[in-house]
Amino acid sequence: MRFGYFPGCSLHGTAREFDESLRAISGPLDLDLVEIEDWSCCGATSAHATNHLLSVALPARNLALAEAQGHDAVIAPCAACFNRLAGARHQIAADGALAGRMAGLLGRPFANTVAVKNVVDVLRQLGPAIRGKVVKPLAGLKVACYYGCLLVRPAAVCNFDDPEDPAAMEDVVSATGATPVRWNMRLECCGGGFSIPRTGSVIRLGRAIIADARAAGAETIVVACPMCHSNLDFRQSAMALRGEAPMPVLFLSELVGLAFGLDADRLGMGRHYVSTTPLSAFAQNPPPGKEVR
Amino acid sequence: MARIGVFVCHCGENIARTVDCERAAAALRDLPGVAHAVDYKYMCSDPGQALIKQAIADKKLTGVVVAACSPHMHEKTFRRACASSGLNPFLAEMANIREQCSWIHEDRDAATDKAIDLARFIVEKVKRNVPLETIRIPVERRALVIGGGIAGIQAALDIADGGAQVILVEKEPSIGGHMSQLSETFPTLDCSQCILTPRMVEVVQHPNIRLLAYSEVEAVSGYIGNFAVKIRQKARYVDATACNGCGACQTACIVRKIPSEFDERLGKRTAIYVPFPQAVPNIPVVDRASCAYFKARAKGLKKDACGKCREACSKGAIDFDQVDTFVTENVGAIVVATGYTLYSIGKDQPEGLSGYGEYGYGTIPDVIDGLQFERLASASGPTSGRIARPSDGKEPKRIVFLQCVGSRDPAKGIEYCSKICCMYIAKHTMLFRHKVHDGEATVFYMDIRANGKGYDEFVRRAIEEDGARYVRGRVSRMYRDGEVIKVFGFDTLSGEPVVIDADMVVLATAMRPQRGVQQLAQKLSASYDAHGFFNEAHPKLRPVETNTAGVYLAGACQAPRDIPDSVAMASAAAAKILGLFSKAELEREPTVASVDAAICAGCFQCERVCPYGAVTRVQVRDRLGTVVRVVAEVNPGVCQGCGTCQATCPSKSIELAGFTDEQIWSEINAIVV
Repeated sequence: MRFGYFPGCSLHGTAREFDESLRAISGPLDLDLVEIEDWSCCGATSAHATNHLLSVALPARNLALAEAQGHDAVIAPCAACFNRLAGARHQIAADGALAGRMAGLLGRPFANTVAVKNVVDVLRQLGPAIRGKVVKPLAGLKVACYYGCLLVRPAAVCNFDDPEDPAAMEDVVSATGATPVRWNMRLECCGGGFSIPRTGSVIRLGRAIIADARAAGAETIVVACPMCHSNLDFRQSAMALRGEAPMPVLFLSELVGLAFGLDADRLGMGRHYVSTTPLSAFAQNPPPGKEVR
Repeated sequence: MARIGVFVCHCGENIARTVDCERAAAALRDLPGVAHAVDYKYMCSDPGQALIKQAIADKKLTGVVVAACSPHMHEKTFRRACASSGLNPFLAEMANIREQCSWIHEDRDAATDKAIDLARFIVEKVKRNVPLETIRIPVERRALVIGGGIAGIQAALDIADGGAQVILVEKEPSIGGHMSQLSETFPTLDCSQCILTPRMVEVVQHPNIRLLAYSEVEAVSGYIGNFAVKIRQKARYVDATACNGCGACQTACIVRKIPSEFDERLGKRTAIYVPFPQAVPNIPVVDRASCAYFKARAKGLKKDACGKCREACSKGAIDFDQVDTFVTENVGAIVVATGYTLYSIGKDQPEGLSGYGEYGYGTIPDVIDGLQFERLASASGPTSGRIARPSDGKEPKRIVFLQCVGSRDPAKGIEYCSKICCMYIAKHTMLFRHKVHDGEATVFYMDIRANGKGYDEFVRRAIEEDGARYVRGRVSRMYRDGEVIKVFGFDTLSGEPVVIDADMVVLATAMRPQRGVQQLAQKLSASYDAHGFFNEAHPKLRPVETNTAGVYLAGACQAPRDIPDSVAMASAAAAKILGLFSKAELEREPTVASVDAAICAGCFQCERVCPYGAVTRVQVRDRLGTVVRVVAEVNPGVCQGCGTCQATCPSKSIELAGFTDEQIWSEINAIVV
């Protein structure tokens, strides 16, 4: 399957392990990720908070490039990029006047034909393929799937899962052999872009999320959003978890890569602030009593 | 040769301001076939009508056209005037030069020309009008009431007290409906069962009422005054004539843990059961799906697995071989009182609704709905009136009540207000505080709609005397956290988020029409709205009638209703029916369709398009009695004269009296020429 690939700034920066792990599992899953040439900012945060038209035109430019480069569908792994790209596609499709202005604004033809896919949705649909490629089943590993506020919302734009009771990540986690836990804070806010201006809020919110995951018995939290990852991983040391063991936070693609038996370094797992060694060790040598039955 | 009289009305200034009525009358006077044309300030006034009567006599008019307001307004007035002068009323018609001309135009010359045209078309039609005679149909002076809740009970008693016979059909084993489940009622806090059960007993003792409980309407045919209704009496597996209601069978039953429907699944019942001790009729029914005898029989076991109830019954009333029976009853009028059901917040939803994932899709055991709270608070309930959590039976100290769950929430599929929730939640907070003195009741509300007699005072009492804490805002999320339910809300008055650790949460879920009511509506040819509530004939002026003559509405089948409203509607429907029954014969407009059997091709397109089910099939036989063809026939008692069949008929063999093809074409020709 060939997809246009929109990494966005985060997958080339703070979330390089998301990029690396996705590329690592794309081979076994027969995914052909072709990076869009000359891609630019998706318009998240600053643009959509300041100028409505700009916040649509920026993602539209990238969709227009994908269209010109012959893609039917684009994968935007970052939840914010996905939200902007899918949101722009949705708004332009619904608003004829807006659609009419696009070609002039972008300086290139644009027919809004490219579908925007969320990586979670793509992986869920590849569930049988994932099961087939698992060589190190993560049987017994308890995983808390964390969606955050953005991944499946707004429902009309994202449109791949229940906005209040999603199941896509749990489906993928089950395909790796691990056990998704039922917990309460799957959809709570991580603090998003307030990591720098209001660090205290992010720490307070993150602490509650990690505590709830731990209470549900989770050994790791799995995310699909660079912002969530940064807030839960990078800020975890400041959360002062009262002597409790740190909670590793993985990207969904990293967990899939572990189950595929891929090398932790190739998955970018050395880039985390909270050590992921327990998980790579788990994948290599499942602890006694947790072997595949 | 036609001699038409044309009467142009000024309607005071309403028409004359824009239309030159004098010029219009003069122009119409010169038309061929017009023998007389005048204008007058108020044609509908007594002197105006006298002008028409005088002209009919003097000029020997063969038809009358009144160019004035809408026929909805005064057609009856002018037809009556013509009839009193000996002219068949159906030879008089109106041309609407007010709503369709003077009110909507400004240019006086153009409007006058248009008014002349409008009257001219009608003149062409009236030239081809023929005298028609009012249809008279006999009336069966019995009524059918569907649904034995408070609305159905009230309607049945009022009709029966008026001297007419009533058949009351209830699908559940007992009458009483939702009102029998309630603890106390707002705004007086009087005990619901105490005021309801005497009415239930009155029903069963009334000489004019025949109660068919545990029965459903299968099919309805006929028309106002002459319905034939087929009713299925479901098998109780108990001989109602032999049973004395002693209850020994229930004591003997071995299946004892079926969630009770009456207790909203908070209590348990046996497989042979009466829903509640005060049930009317007090005759048990066997729930086939859970009965050990029937389960074994379904598995093909030869030996009887149980039969304890049969052994226990001293009257020999248990009859496992009973089958559903059918009766057909003739009635003159029907009251629909099928009531409501509550919106479920669960994931499985009927089309267009979405449930509440943010409230856990109904998976948190201590999150209950309003009817469940009623059962907890009721002295006859599963806890004998003690407020207890379903999960562990502990007494909750902090209860959060959420209003507008499902209601007024287009995102969840329902945009209407359920009307009763503001009041019953206020009542719940009081009942809670009266039973748990140190309890804290918090209510999240959008608006408080307490618009009834004594209603606002009641809500104030809940807040001021019983200390309910009202928070204006919505709850965005709740989940179970150990012993408590975390409730995340927002106080829109202070602008602050609110988090409450609740022991129990009560959801005021939306009122929805009873399940399966759409099929019933189709049997009755009655229409319903997008939500499945029955449509009234007019939202203000005909609130208890449907568009199908002879079918009336009472209670929450038409819209969310509280008890006083339901009772008022039921009495209104009863009054309408007693009015109908006060005449031996019904008069119907003769403008109905008829089929020319000689040219009908028998395609039955008309049968498919008729919204009233008025078309039937009849056999045409030759002299030897052999069936040669099957053709359509229109039942004049059912036909409402809409003309859909006439327009649809490919062989042009249907004519609508008063609106024949020839009449319509002559109008159109007058426009074109």
